Amino acid sequence: MKYKLGTLFVMFLFFNCNNSIKNEGDLSIVKIDESEKKIELKILDFDDLEPFLNQQDDLVYVINFWATWCAPCVKELPVFEKLHKDYNKNVKVILVSLDFPRQYETKLIPFIKENNLQSEIIVLNDMDSNSWIPKVSEDWSGAIPSTLIYSKNNRKFFEKSFNYNELKTEVQQFLN
Amino acid sequence: MKLLKIGMVLIAIITFTAFTNSDNPGYKVGDIATDFNLENVDGKMVSLANYPEAKGYIVVFTCNTCPFSVAYEDRIIALNKKYASQGYPVIAIMPNSATASPGDNMEAMKARAKAKGFTFPYLMDKDQKVYPEYGASKTPHVYVLQKTKKGNQVKYIGAIDDNYQHPESVNQKYVENAVDALLEGTPIKEEHTRAIGCTIKV
Repeated sequence: MKYKLGTLFVMFLFFNCNNSIKNEGDLSIVKIDESEKKIELKILDFDDLEPFLNQQDDLVYVINFWATWCAPCVKELPVFEKLHKDYNKNVKVILVSLDFPRQYETKLIPFIKENNLQSEIIVLNDMDSNSWIPKVSEDWSGAIPSTLIYSKNNRKFFEKSFNYNELKTEVQQFLN
Repeated sequence: MKLLKIGMVLIAIITFTAFTNSDNPGYKVGDIATDFNLENVDGKMVSLANYPEAKGYIVVFTCNTCPFSVAYEDRIIALNKKYASQGYPVIAIMPNSATASPGDNMEAMKARAKAKGFTFPYLMDKDQKVYPEYGASKTPHVYVLQKTKKGNQVKYIGAIDDNYQHPESVNQKYVENAVDALLEGTPIKEEHTRAIGCTIKV
């Protein structure tokens, strides 16, 4: 198990390095436009979020629960961004932020701008987590990062971090 | 014979890995929790057995760095203030690896305990063996235990209450309700609740 974690970690490092190098190039070009663009957050309670977890079209939905205050979440975000980019046609990535309302303006929006996030972002603001956590998955203890992958009625839930290959493998199973 | 021996060793290895696997879901309500012996911020070692007078314990897995833990600090202090004298002291355990999360190292824990005036032990799960046994997956994560003849029985697992942002808007004080029920000898209405929290850093 330790060994597995070790490999995972190394893979993670690898991926992160690659990614940050790649990103730097892109960022400098886009940054100018992005800073001027106004970001309107889509803030929902769970009732309004729920339809996004139950779409019936042919796409594979990858719903990642994250927050800017969650270090492992921030670390794995590039993985989801890459998935969004690589599988644009048949996969829909939605990043569900659980940031605190008082930090929407001070942390979340600047973070989205700085990292030029391209996937759809929804902010979930619903205090009664004891009611809605089991509706996302009975297997979810509430720790983040966590990710729901679904296509129609086929669903799989993960309370863990992903590297790109792992995520790709899981998504691939839904595409086949 | 040799084959049998190899078979036995294999089975032993499989069983061993199965039990040490981190997929172990931990305790459920009704299970007996094992005791531990962990270092406190005052340098002393603390076990549940150090509280012969206690009727039970409010074991809280928490840390310095998780915003949810920070949001709940004052409420954890209040829990100990209210219930330690009634036989249910708070025992806080910091489960994160200090290497993975330097803001949670022993020095930082000491500073936090001092700054906030913690009146309960704030222990470090240095070998990270206690939290997986309990099945804690995040901070904060609470286990209410009751001392019984069989041992310390898990009576409640989950969140402190139902509103991390606004203590004044809390509707359900889950931990208080559970401990009150134990004190009154009535059934606990909600034995298991869930809340968002920070992953334990390994």
